Amino acid sequence: MSEVPSELRYTRTHEWVRDEGDGTVTVGITDHAQSSLGDLVFVELPEGGGMLEAGAACAVVESVKAASDIYAPLDGEMVGANERLADEPELINSDPYGEGWIFRLRVSDEGALDELLDADGYQEVLEAEE
Amino acid sequence: MPFIPHTEQDVRDMLATIGVGDVAALFDEIPASLQGHALERVPPQVGEMEITRVMHERARRDDQPVCFLGAGAYDHHIPAAVWELTTRGEYYSAYTPYQAEASQGTLQLVYEYQSMMAGLMAMDVSNASLYDGASALAEAILMAVRANRRSKTKRVLLPRTVHPRYRQVTETIVRNQGIELVDVDYDRKAGRLDPKALAAWDEEDVTALVVPQPNFLGQLEDVDALTDWAHARGALLIAVVNPIAMAVLQPPGDWGEAGADVACGDGQPLGIPMSSGGPHFGFMTCRQSHVRQMPGRIVGRTVDMEGREGYTLTLQPREQHIRRSKATSNICTNQGLMVTAATIHLALLGAEGLERVAAASHANTRALVAAASAVPGVEPLFDGPYLHEAVLRLPTRAAPVLDRLAADGVLGGLDLSADYPELGNAILVCATEKRTEADVQAYTRALTDALKLAQRA
Repeated sequence: MSEVPSELRYTRTHEWVRDEGDGTVTVGITDHAQSSLGDLVFVELPEGGGMLEAGAACAVVESVKAASDIYAPLDGEMVGANERLADEPELINSDPYGEGWIFRLRVSDEGALDELLDADGYQEVLEAEE
Repeated sequence: MPFIPHTEQDVRDMLATIGVGDVAALFDEIPASLQGHALERVPPQVGEMEITRVMHERARRDDQPVCFLGAGAYDHHIPAAVWELTTRGEYYSAYTPYQAEASQGTLQLVYEYQSMMAGLMAMDVSNASLYDGASALAEAILMAVRANRRSKTKRVLLPRTVHPRYRQVTETIVRNQGIELVDVDYDRKAGRLDPKALAAWDEEDVTALVVPQPNFLGQLEDVDALTDWAHARGALLIAVVNPIAMAVLQPPGDWGEAGADVACGDGQPLGIPMSSGGPHFGFMTCRQSHVRQMPGRIVGRTVDMEGREGYTLTLQPREQHIRRSKATSNICTNQGLMVTAATIHLALLGAEGLERVAAASHANTRALVAAASAVPGVEPLFDGPYLHEAVLRLPTRAAPVLDRLAADGVLGGLDLSADYPELGNAILVCATEKRTEADVQAYTRALTDALKLAQRA
């Protein structure tokens, strides 16, 4: 059973979203996503400063045998990326909800956060996938 | 016999199982206009005796002229051992021999090839090869557009001194990908790019600049100034070079302050026979920071769980079988057999041997230019430094003169009038280490006679 923290929001594409309460959100990939991918060897971090639409591919995580796009969960502006991942992509495997965060967005519409899945909703997505 | 294991009955059973009338129906989503049909002008089959006769007849047509023609394919000496080893069954008949469990020999060979090419180019990494020089350049341009995330224009400056066929192939491959290829003109006296010609783009967003060395006309470009110009503007620098020349010229990794970003070219001079135009192989090397954008296969060296050294494909998530539509390229393979020959060729020659080949080729080209310039009305067209190839101006139209030479068993050079009409009656000539003093004399005699005939006509 993979971990699904209750205080976070989720997408169907396995990103988690943490509301930082200052108009920005932090985004990473879920415990389920990292364990499905296996050992990560590379993360292509997004460029700062760009405007993104929800669903736009903005980063790539690469494991030994697969590469997956990471999608923006909400409309917003890219305001930062976890530079440590450039040298330590394995942080996503060891601590997906903490040290392994991937990028931060300044969201255009904070109300849109409520439209994302909550922990129970994401849990259902995982069960449906099995 | 068809090498397909299914009997007619098997096929019928499979179609019946999925409820399809015939095999053609499986392909009905492909428009009829795109479907291949039988080749009309190719006879269905002939026996071995007959085909042997046809091939011998055609081989005789090739003849063995004395070759003073370069322009992208070069008549270098290839030690007999190269193809003797390359055509051993272990290398020759293996199909996609990239499984680490079964193909350590081929994987190590490719790794050695990559090491040699990276060394020759003074670049960090090499892929396992591409089809040929032209497609390697096109791939290098696609790669530079992906790698230069700072640039928004997808504008690539492609000098006219780059091989005209390379420019056409590049145009074909990148045309529909939103990339703007900009011609950059050259200095008519020097036969090379004038760094000042780039002034028009000083303030513009340029994604990459392509620099040939030597250029198609044999002239040496001012690579340091061009590389620094590109980097000062945030553009990437793509070198397209003759690998033999790199044994005596400054390699791309050492150009300017920072070196080229990508260096590519055609590997044919490294042990591949001219064989009427192919196959060749393309090489591509780059700096470490761009390696994830590099197309094609890459072999790495590692250790297994018991600490034993082994070789394996690496960075495969960039490739088509994993990344699908987002792969770095639709090229998922390499020119394995050609690379096998090139690796053995390079290993036999060594760095010093390669340098000697380059130096001897250049010395022979100089001798050829000097001897031909003694023929009335013939002179070298450019006044700058060149290597291994040069342009001669003739007093009359080139085509009939070259035809005369060919009739005398001499491939006299390339008529430049179609690709560079502004140069007038100009031919591109080349000599390799294989040309002798007698060959050069024969060339001069044949040229003298041909010009006399042409001027009388």
